[in-house]
Amino acid sequence: MSEALVIVGNGMAAVRLVDELAKVALGRHAIAVIGAEPRLAYNRVLLSSVLAGEAASHEIELKPANWWRDRGVTLKYGCTVDEIDVGRRELKIAGEESVTFSKLVLATGSSPLRLNLPGSELSGVHTFRDSRDVDLMLSLAVGKKRVVVVGGGLLGLEAAYGLAKAGAPVTLVHLMDRLMERQLDAPAAALLKSLVEKKGINVLLNANTSRILGQSRVEGVELSDGRQIDADAVILAAGVRPNITLAKEAGIAVNRGIVVDDRLGTGADGIFALGECAEHRGICYGLVEPAYEQARVLAQHLAGRKASYQGSVVATNLKVSGVSVFSAGEFTGTDRSEAIVLSDIRRGTYKKLVIEDGRLAGAVLVGDTTDVLWYLELIRNRANIAGVRKDMMFGRPAALAAAA
Amino acid sequence: MTAGDPSLRTTSTACPYCGVGCGVLATPDGNGAAAISGDPSHPSNFGRLCSKGSALGETLGLEHRLLHPMIRCSSWAMQRIAWTDALDHVAHRFAHVVARDGPGAVAFYLSGQLLTEDYYVANKLMKGFIGSANVDTNSRLCMSSSVAGHRRAFGADTVPGVYEDLDEADLLVLVGSNAAWCHPILFQRIIANKQRRGAQIVVVDPRKTDTAEDANLFLGVRPGTDSALFAGLLVHLADNDALDCDYIARHTSGFDQTLCRARGLAGSVAATALATGLSEQHVAAFFQMFAATPRVVTLYSQGVNQSAQGTDKVNAILNCHLATGRIGKVGASPFSLTGQPNAMGGREVGGLANQLAAHMNFTPPDIDRVRRFWEAPRIATHEGLKAVQMFEAIGRGEIKALWVMGTNPAVSLPDADAARTALKKLELFVISENVLSNDTVAAGAHVLFPALAWGEKSGTVTNSERRISRQRAFLPAPGEARPDWWIVSEVAKRLGFGAAFDYASAAAIFREHAALSAFENGGSRDFDIGALSDVSDDAFNAMTPVLWPQRAGETAQARFFGGGEFFTNDRKARFVAPEPPMLRTETHEGRPLRLNTGRIRDQWHTMTRTGTSERLGSHLPEPFVEVHPDDAARHGLTDGSFARVTTDHGQCTLKVVVSTRQQRGMLFAPIHWSKANASAARVGALVAPLTDPFSGQPEAKATPASIAPYEYVFRGFVLSRKPLKLPEHALWARAAINGGLGYLIADNADLKEWSSWLRSVAGEELAEYSDFGGGVYRAASFADGAIETCLFLAPARDAGDWEVAKELFAAGALTDAQRRSLFSGKPLQGLASTGPVVCACFGVGRTTICDAIAAGARSAAELGARLKAGTNCGSCIPELKRLIVKAASADPDQMAAAS
Repeated sequence: MSEALVIVGNGMAAVRLVDELAKVALGRHAIAVIGAEPRLAYNRVLLSSVLAGEAASHEIELKPANWWRDRGVTLKYGCTVDEIDVGRRELKIAGEESVTFSKLVLATGSSPLRLNLPGSELSGVHTFRDSRDVDLMLSLAVGKKRVVVVGGGLLGLEAAYGLAKAGAPVTLVHLMDRLMERQLDAPAAALLKSLVEKKGINVLLNANTSRILGQSRVEGVELSDGRQIDADAVILAAGVRPNITLAKEAGIAVNRGIVVDDRLGTGADGIFALGECAEHRGICYGLVEPAYEQARVLAQHLAGRKASYQGSVVATNLKVSGVSVFSAGEFTGTDRSEAIVLSDIRRGTYKKLVIEDGRLAGAVLVGDTTDVLWYLELIRNRANIAGVRKDMMFGRPAALAAAA
Repeated sequence: MTAGDPSLRTTSTACPYCGVGCGVLATPDGNGAAAISGDPSHPSNFGRLCSKGSALGETLGLEHRLLHPMIRCSSWAMQRIAWTDALDHVAHRFAHVVARDGPGAVAFYLSGQLLTEDYYVANKLMKGFIGSANVDTNSRLCMSSSVAGHRRAFGADTVPGVYEDLDEADLLVLVGSNAAWCHPILFQRIIANKQRRGAQIVVVDPRKTDTAEDANLFLGVRPGTDSALFAGLLVHLADNDALDCDYIARHTSGFDQTLCRARGLAGSVAATALATGLSEQHVAAFFQMFAATPRVVTLYSQGVNQSAQGTDKVNAILNCHLATGRIGKVGASPFSLTGQPNAMGGREVGGLANQLAAHMNFTPPDIDRVRRFWEAPRIATHEGLKAVQMFEAIGRGEIKALWVMGTNPAVSLPDADAARTALKKLELFVISENVLSNDTVAAGAHVLFPALAWGEKSGTVTNSERRISRQRAFLPAPGEARPDWWIVSEVAKRLGFGAAFDYASAAAIFREHAALSAFENGGSRDFDIGALSDVSDDAFNAMTPVLWPQRAGETAQARFFGGGEFFTNDRKARFVAPEPPMLRTETHEGRPLRLNTGRIRDQWHTMTRTGTSERLGSHLPEPFVEVHPDDAARHGLTDGSFARVTTDHGQCTLKVVVSTRQQRGMLFAPIHWSKANASAARVGALVAPLTDPFSGQPEAKATPASIAPYEYVFRGFVLSRKPLKLPEHALWARAAINGGLGYLIADNADLKEWSSWLRSVAGEELAEYSDFGGGVYRAASFADGAIETCLFLAPARDAGDWEVAKELFAAGALTDAQRRSLFSGKPLQGLASTGPVVCACFGVGRTTICDAIAAGARSAAELGARLKAGTNCGSCIPELKRLIVKAASADPDQMAAAS
């Protein structure tokens, strides 16, 4: 008799977990996936491509319906889980019968941060999280609506790019003195800004949004320095918050995210969490790669094998056509580290490799990201780079040929 | 080419480099450049040119040219001035100094690169009208020992043989001559003789140069012992019945005393071996070859001449030829190879301080004869100061006004730093020049006259075999540049000598020069070209190369002295016994080595012309010092590192080349680099100013020296479209590269300082690759996608080369892939680096050659067939052979398998 395994959330982490389970423990669990979004799981990372018109909405579906069927997964999408009853091992679902579980995996993801701004309740203020948001934004672009995107991180940049590409006049306002400050150093961010500006996006830095103007609809944005920007719509893209309410109300330990151990187990027996909702060793990852690594570990564990998640080396890729940006590891450098830098700003290239103790500790690349996978591998496997140091900037073939 | 444009027709002229005097065909393209090829009809080269001659077309640019008269103004800057004002000023100042301090207070310092007509007018003005014989020339540094030796033995400065003798000899002895590099076309004639007729070649040189590569016998003598070798040879000839007793008896004097003295110097093979440091077998082999071969030509050059006993060495050689009667006969003669295109022309007009004019001397009858011919008001009556003494007199303040024409003494004189300092004391320092700046100009010239350069000027030059050839103009005069003879004549007119200097053309001067040579000659003087004294302007323009003498009404003779008839009073040659060989200086603990100096294959003198050719710059792009491996080990030097070479006179920092071609105890450094093109390679500044008592030629090849390693943390290069001023702390050498200038650098300063420096010269918008922790910095600025300036620095032990960067610098606008390749320092696929150029004529690189060797080429001829390398001037053939040998020794199995 298969063990009832329920996954709450139908995002990328859930899909990967099912996939991994099918590889290592096919048939061991009776799997049900319960998702709030009314469609098959899709690649959220590619939403900005849909927005930019570079991919069609249906093309970003992760797996077709028969894939789920073939794995015997009960798929309930468009369903919201209201409550976890840890004691009775039961989930309450809005408007549906409860579902019992033996094992439960929370893959509830995260939600855009709704800044506590005056005017944020106005009509025309949106976020950028799911495919409904994309549909909405596309209609803004078609109407040539003036859009202000608040937030110069990955999400904000992708939203701004997609909107601009789709035809909307876009202003990106960012609180900090540089774009993607958590992933880029100053020269990389400056280059990124110039590249983004070449895409027709107006970028304002050191721009603290104090309120959104308008009576019932958005009419503009006001900054704390008094500047006003006329706008028909505002996209809030100033970060995300892990979706922890369900867990918290069930008495499962949460911090910023749902606290998990190295097996992705929460404080409650048989209940696990992964992906953007989980907090492992104090870190909530907002990227897909850690979720995939977590899915692999959790699947092993659920299959009864020994597995342990040690955290992820984070790599960020900005998916803006013609503006390749990559950041991984400890890119800021410390007293003990040194940097190798290739900077050709006129050609839109900036690359920094941070070396610490003879190993690649981090990398920031703008423009030319051909070798990111190799750098990421070097960062992750902590290989000694002495033999390739003098050529590694110029790519794996050159460096390995020279070292041979 | 515009058909029918008369200014674009092919012009036959003569090469401006060495004394071989090759014929050159120049076809201007109408835009200031010209296609260059060898003149098949010229009897010096029959169509061949060496690497330097082949690259003449690359040296015609006007970027660095002096195009207007300049004068130093009160702010010490040079400013443009009108010709008339410049000439008035110079004449006025010369007149003032002569009136105040007498004619001995002024001097001219001339050049073996002036045309005969320029030389003639300058010599005439100084010796006949100003009244001083302070006219000397850079030829003093080059072949004045040969002049003195000729005059002692023959009674005149006569070269007895002709180039045909090199084709017809059965034994060719090269003494102190790296002809393979310095006279490549003659060397190729010698090699052709060896191949065609089986002639033997003996090379006598302390250094195993490329000339020695093809020798049947190499004699690596100790420096300064040449005269012992030839004294020993004279004894051997006498003791083995190899003398021409009849010739000795009828045409010479002094044989017995000389032989007696020779026995004292080197009375046997064993004694000769002891005196020269050679093995007895080698000495005996040489003596036997010489004794047994009637057709022998002994060629000698700077290794003989540049010595404090240079004249004795010349006479030691001449003695052997006189004693065997092997002089002035087909395939048998002593032969002085001159270093400059018109050293011989300078000698013909008497442009040396110890000659008067036209092979006449400071004897009362000669002085009177020349005075009458010139109608000279104040003829000099005694010898003037020779080059080294002239500059010492300038340093002492005795000479107050100096006019330098077409040479760079602040680089080329011995003790050159002292000479440069001396120039600053002059009241009047005038230079007639082609280039805007060189070390001599920078030494504080007061007036610069823009002279015509090769390709623009017109007149005659004489080569090593006494052949007078026309240098013809094929380019228009640029800017306000004028012929040297015109400049001198204009000053002469302003000094009040208008009637004697009213020349309409070079042809008019040539006619006067020819007339003087024949004036009251009657066969008493060797130099006589009286047959040309009435040549018309048209005939002068059309004149084909001609050997002197050309006596009026007589059949031309090719050779001298085959039947005696020397130019001494008794018409007999003199045997001159050399003094015991010794160098003028001693080595000691502080200066344990001797510094030899000389030329390299692809550069000429101070590089003001060859330095503008990228092809010529790529063979040996930076100044170096060659050291024997044992000395290198003793002094802690490694190949490719840097060393400081110090003498009592100066210091240089040079790249170390460790080579067994160098003798133990000897260093060799090339003479070409100056302050204008390297930071610390003024090798002339190292050389002792000690001179031969007869010729005044300095001993430039044996200065006591010490050497010590000098470490640099970083090495690299800068490529630039325009000249740059490099940071003071850097060691650098500049070379012409395709599209601009390359600076090879070594330094110990922080890389970030270089980054700031680059920003100061190239602007803020740089593309950069930096690995400061790894000691690597590469940066470039671009204009329209092409590299404008680029800087590469890396740890000295692992600095790589500049070939990829140079190719991309030359490529114009770069693709993104090329730009990436630039910063990687590695070639793009399909853009493989060809390596440093070995064959300068066809631009074939070392990598290309090594690839061809790896692919099976086993001889220089095969490499030539595949790559054309070595098939033009042939001067890289020794290097090709070395590369083949090197490949064979590196990988014998593969070579064996491939062959």
